[in-house]
Amino acid sequence: MQTTTHHQPTTSPEIGGVGHSIPRVEDARFVQGAGNYLDDVNLPGMLHMAILRSPVAHANLVSIDDSAAMALDGVLAVVTGELMAAHNLAWMPTLSGDTQAVLATDKVRYQGQEVACVIATDRYIAEDALRLIDVEYEELEPITNPQRSLEADAPLIRTDKEDVTDNVSFTWEAGDQAATDAAFANASKVVTLETHYPRSHPSPLETCGIVADVNPATGQATIYMTSQAPHAHRTLFALVAGLPEQNIRIISPDIGGGFGNKVPIYPGYVVATAASLLIGLPVKWVESRTENLISTGFGRDYYMTGSLALDDDGRILGLRTDLLADQGAFYSDAQPTKFRAGLFHIVTGSYDFAAAHVTAKGAFTNKAPGGVAYRCSFRVTEASYLIERLIQNAAYEIGMDPAEFRRINFIQPDQFPYTSPTGFIYDSGDYETAMQKAMDMVGYDEIRAEQAAAREEGRLVGIGMASFTEVVGAGPAHTYDIAGLKMFDSAELRVHPTGKAILKLGVKTQGQGHETTFAQIVAEELGIPATDIAVMHGDTDNTPYGLGTYASRSTPVGGGATAMVARKLRDKARKIAAHLLEASPEDLEWEPGKFSVAGSPDASVTIQDIAFAAYTNHPEDEEAGLEGVHYYNPPNMTYPFGTYIVVVDLDSDTGVWTVRRMVAVDDCGVRINPMIVDGQIHGGLTEGFAKANMQWITFDDDGNCIGSNFMDYLVPTAWETPRFELGETVTPSPHHPIGAKGVGESATVGSPAAFVNAVIDAVAHLGVRNIDMPVLPDRVWKAIQNA
Amino acid sequence: MYPPAFEYQAPDTLEGALAALAELGDEGRVLAGGQSLIPMMKLRLAAPSHLVDINRISDLSYVRRENGSLCIGALARHNDVVGSDDAKASGVVSSAAPWISDPLVRNRGTVCGSVAHCDPEGDWNSVMLAARASVVAQSSSGSRTIGIDDFIVSFFTNSLEPGEMVTAVCVPIPSGASGGAYMKLERKIGDYATVGVATQLELASDGTIAQAGIGLTAVNYQNTRASAAEDLLRGETPSDELFAEAGAAAAAASDPQTDVRGDAEWKRNVVAVYTRRGLAQALASATS
Repeated sequence: MQTTTHHQPTTSPEIGGVGHSIPRVEDARFVQGAGNYLDDVNLPGMLHMAILRSPVAHANLVSIDDSAAMALDGVLAVVTGELMAAHNLAWMPTLSGDTQAVLATDKVRYQGQEVACVIATDRYIAEDALRLIDVEYEELEPITNPQRSLEADAPLIRTDKEDVTDNVSFTWEAGDQAATDAAFANASKVVTLETHYPRSHPSPLETCGIVADVNPATGQATIYMTSQAPHAHRTLFALVAGLPEQNIRIISPDIGGGFGNKVPIYPGYVVATAASLLIGLPVKWVESRTENLISTGFGRDYYMTGSLALDDDGRILGLRTDLLADQGAFYSDAQPTKFRAGLFHIVTGSYDFAAAHVTAKGAFTNKAPGGVAYRCSFRVTEASYLIERLIQNAAYEIGMDPAEFRRINFIQPDQFPYTSPTGFIYDSGDYETAMQKAMDMVGYDEIRAEQAAAREEGRLVGIGMASFTEVVGAGPAHTYDIAGLKMFDSAELRVHPTGKAILKLGVKTQGQGHETTFAQIVAEELGIPATDIAVMHGDTDNTPYGLGTYASRSTPVGGGATAMVARKLRDKARKIAAHLLEASPEDLEWEPGKFSVAGSPDASVTIQDIAFAAYTNHPEDEEAGLEGVHYYNPPNMTYPFGTYIVVVDLDSDTGVWTVRRMVAVDDCGVRINPMIVDGQIHGGLTEGFAKANMQWITFDDDGNCIGSNFMDYLVPTAWETPRFELGETVTPSPHHPIGAKGVGESATVGSPAAFVNAVIDAVAHLGVRNIDMPVLPDRVWKAIQNA
Repeated sequence: MYPPAFEYQAPDTLEGALAALAELGDEGRVLAGGQSLIPMMKLRLAAPSHLVDINRISDLSYVRRENGSLCIGALARHNDVVGSDDAKASGVVSSAAPWISDPLVRNRGTVCGSVAHCDPEGDWNSVMLAARASVVAQSSSGSRTIGIDDFIVSFFTNSLEPGEMVTAVCVPIPSGASGGAYMKLERKIGDYATVGVATQLELASDGTIAQAGIGLTAVNYQNTRASAAEDLLRGETPSDELFAEAGAAAAAASDPQTDVRGDAEWKRNVVAVYTRRGLAQALASATS
């Protein structure tokens, strides 16, 4: 695929197809406060739920006395694990094939675990009642890191599982061990990095919540839920709760950010639904900020060791990595079934070498479960971070500039499709062009010269780079699934008689701009103006089945489905046009919005004329109407890439570093709405900066979560976020219907290594090779002191 | 936000507020900007049974010069100090104001509320130590003035009696050339200080240091005056070496804890660096 600097739109601005930066249609309601979020849903007679959570990290549950809470005016029920167990709902499956406690019955395994729920007439009463429940705990040793978890004398966390005698959640490997061993045996130099990618939290601004409304007369369960995957959740509800699936309707309203946090099913959803079923009234539960941060799906928390084998010329021969995952109390990574460490084996990144081997192990600890794909395609973030950090360290060891080292090891454009040593088939790429563009934008050589001069004056300047490759858009159904559901996706398109249309999606926006972007795909394919197309999603009764939005899959998969269903309609439109023009379908020529007879351009009909005819004057041998549905199973993943460069100034007296420049060149193939893509990249870079600079969830030795509110878990605002300078190259995906790749996560995936590499680069001449994230000033200062 | 139930009143006059506080004694809490109290109530860390909201008492909303002092009334918001010409009379006060939390908090939170809160991670009490402030406390039975060193008792503890409230805090305006600086290391805008150092210098006509004030934030169980460092400076001619010595003395006066914000040894180092840099900045503004 040819790489270009920009994709030229083929439709007019009035049509607003692919390549036009049209304003986001959803923003009109959001900026006027007229969105409809979960907490805006209020039903007649609705009750409120609050959750009592464990204050300790590891303890046997001795007794629960709820008599005082039950006696409080306005309290209808206190739900305990015992009650849930009576309905066979005390445990539920996770997305990684484990089981998770809905409400504790035997013991509590992390601080914040759900112990009991109060159902009351208002939330204030429910919260007051929580304080009246008396729980007796018998405390056990809390395990706060996976290293301790794996020691022989560590207490067993999963006493609920038969035949389990240790705290190992999984082991897994990928790649070719023998070939990798041989590569290392032939190496003239081996470079090793040990680093921790700390636990972080997706922390969407809107927390998770549910309004469960089970009608006792009809058995119909209408469930409003902050869900990134409403269809998959409907099926899981049917399987877990035993409700007939035709009676379950999940409505995911406007969502204030998801980032992977709204992929799992949480205990609160199950209890609220069960309570509504038992009481016969709607039940609402909306998490507090603290509940969201301490109990719902976290991201990362991988301890990683990576080694690169190098030859005399600085060529990479092989890569060996070993992972230890801090899993929390339950194994609930959201990831395809086959892949126990997600897609971490993309760790070979943008580089061409023959041998790689990945080993991974997960350990249970007394922390919240999670391992969700936080703005990330299933652990690709950790992989990208490790390889890009290793690349820079390897360049130092062989005395080569990190950019040059990348250049000689990149996969070359003529090698695509490229099969990686762990079995991925990269669709397209041109890594050197993107890197060169970023270097030109930042003025790489000038800054390197300034860095040298600054060191002479005792000033510290650092330049860090990351040339990442992502793998997104799961996926081909033969390989990728979630809980057994294959990862295709769907689109249904109905063109109304007046030429306006409604598009119904199996994917679900959480702020990404689907209502704009997906309308633009239809506009591109059918020539109907994007502003004439309504986009509907999130309501399982009114949209086709899909796996939802996460892991940058909406454009690669749902976008593919949208283009394909529009093409189906265009094929039918051609037949109707032929009927109207009294010509043969093969003799018609298409331009956006119009069919005309070849050689007689005046003999033409618009797509709007055709739509009207579909309901008023359709050919006798065709069905009436102009609508269709398409289930798209992508032939491959897509592989967006790019180069990010960060320049920092570092105060050696204090260890404080500040970002002077941040240049980001992204190649996500064809950009549907360039403005929205820029916004996605801005957001992702901000999250990458946060992780590099300030953000982590940590625990004290007792297992208390440090980071339970936004005073302790830091989310950067516009004030401290650096200014970003964006650039692009365009290498279309050869297999995607419109050449697009996913982009929502590229910047979160690629940027942390660029920031950290920049800080390391400022002190590399002192011998510093690693500072773990977040790169806090005390860690930098200590690294300098110890150098 | 789901706090426990509480009673609430919002008197129109100071007399009304003081009468309410006299009646409520220990049960009453003053609500001014609410930027610390409301989050604590939200987390149920504080559960006052009765709030006396003073936001209607507009007489208390001032930043002004009074009898050789800069006085800040109980309803003056942090941002009122940021925008005040009068506040420029105290270098350390005007330097610190833009460093308080974030713009949202500065628009709502009050200086006197922060002083009364005595959070050792709060900025204003270090500034008030450096500026040698006095706190004006009133109750239904009268008014008294408390020196800032006596006002700060301990961790979240002041020396107010039940029924008393802070109505103003006043700092003396230096008669000679003076300058001040507040240096704050924070993780992000809106964060509490990881380390904060307030410095104020007043010069004699011969250029020697007539008075020095240094207050330290977040490195002890309360905001702390670096007395030994001040003693080192007083009467001396300013120099880089002198400021470095004062920095070392300030570091010695700090006893920070290792926590998620950073390691104790590093924090002590930051105290030394920021004291040195703050004094240099204070001197530069005193002599400019």
